[in-house]
Amino acid sequence: MSGQDTANPSRLYRNKRECLLTMPASATNAQRIHRALRACSVRLVATLPETWLVEVVRLCEQDPAMLLVCVAKEEEAVGIAAGAHLAGERAALLMQNHGLLQSVNGIVSLAQLYRIPLVMLVSYRGSFGERDPWHAAGGRATEPVLRALSIPYELVEGPEEIEPRIAATFALAESSQAPVALLLTRGLMWED
Amino acid sequence: MQRLDCLRAIYSELQRCAVVTIMGATAAELQSLGHRSNFFYLQHAMGLASSLGLGLALCRPEVKVIVLDGDGSLLMNLGTLSTLARYRPANLLHIVFDNEALLSSGGDRTATAVGADLEGVARACGIPGTATLRTVAAFRAAVTDALRAGVLTTLVAKVERSGPAQYVTGLGLLENRFEFARWLQSVRPPQANPGFQPTSP
Repeated sequence: MSGQDTANPSRLYRNKRECLLTMPASATNAQRIHRALRACSVRLVATLPETWLVEVVRLCEQDPAMLLVCVAKEEEAVGIAAGAHLAGERAALLMQNHGLLQSVNGIVSLAQLYRIPLVMLVSYRGSFGERDPWHAAGGRATEPVLRALSIPYELVEGPEEIEPRIAATFALAESSQAPVALLLTRGLMWED
Repeated sequence: MQRLDCLRAIYSELQRCAVVTIMGATAAELQSLGHRSNFFYLQHAMGLASSLGLGLALCRPEVKVIVLDGDGSLLMNLGTLSTLARYRPANLLHIVFDNEALLSSGGDRTATAVGADLEGVARACGIPGTATLRTVAAFRAAVTDALRAGVLTTLVAKVERSGPAQYVTGLGLLENRFEFARWLQSVRPPQANPGFQPTSP
């Protein structure tokens, strides 16, 4: 296993232990998110990994039915997901809310301008319960920016919401041919 | 070397490929040679043409994808070169028309006018095939070779700072987008991904 992993430099984690070292992220909820993406036939996941999403990203990477693409900056993921959609495949973005803020021009000038159904799963840093001071400003800006862009969004707070909300997000994104966001809350993604 | 002459020289090669261009002069000049349903012009979102091409190439390995990029656009998203190199789709040819200026928005010089070397950046990121071309004949040969080689390639074509008289064409953005998605659907081999339901364009 490790020999094979070394031979593939695009792999994010060399093994499960290396991934687990970084996380008190909720493993069971990460599994639920991955299962929900799978149930929606998601073929490509574009991401800039972050602490809360580490486990989801690892599960997607290990899933042979999914293509995981790790970007250098989140706006790239909007372009990659748009390409996947035009190619006829379902895609999802996994990123932090600061990545959403970083991607605004791509969301507006590609996904909205060209009517691309863009499903964005966004970890909601800087909201209730946040202890890292550097997330505070981004937390305050997130919902007002989504509203300003007319992007429908919902918070996901309980494990039982994960599967139906992800399915509902794909349904709305595809029927409206537009970006839709789910904000993954601290209570859902973190165990402390 | 003129961008339009480069496009004319490879136009017949583009007929079997999914082609993604950036906005402005490149989009208008390619359309002036004759629009085809396999051409998609990304008329904004500067920097994302190569990312969109990567998504296409990864999802549709049986389709050759050509991205017609520019120095101004690529400089807005240099990280894309590291992402292309990381996933290395063999069916992606990334062409950068480098006129050392933001021509469509007034002609201010970009960093390539004062030494930034985009082929060098691509090579240093790990893109396996790279070259800088200065004549139409060399450009045509490099494109033909790259399409045959089947290895991720970034070609930098040094072109003059000139473009068409106007950039707006008669083709609607959404008309172009849906037509392009339908073309991709029409060339999809049956049962290519039996585990998945293709989404509607």
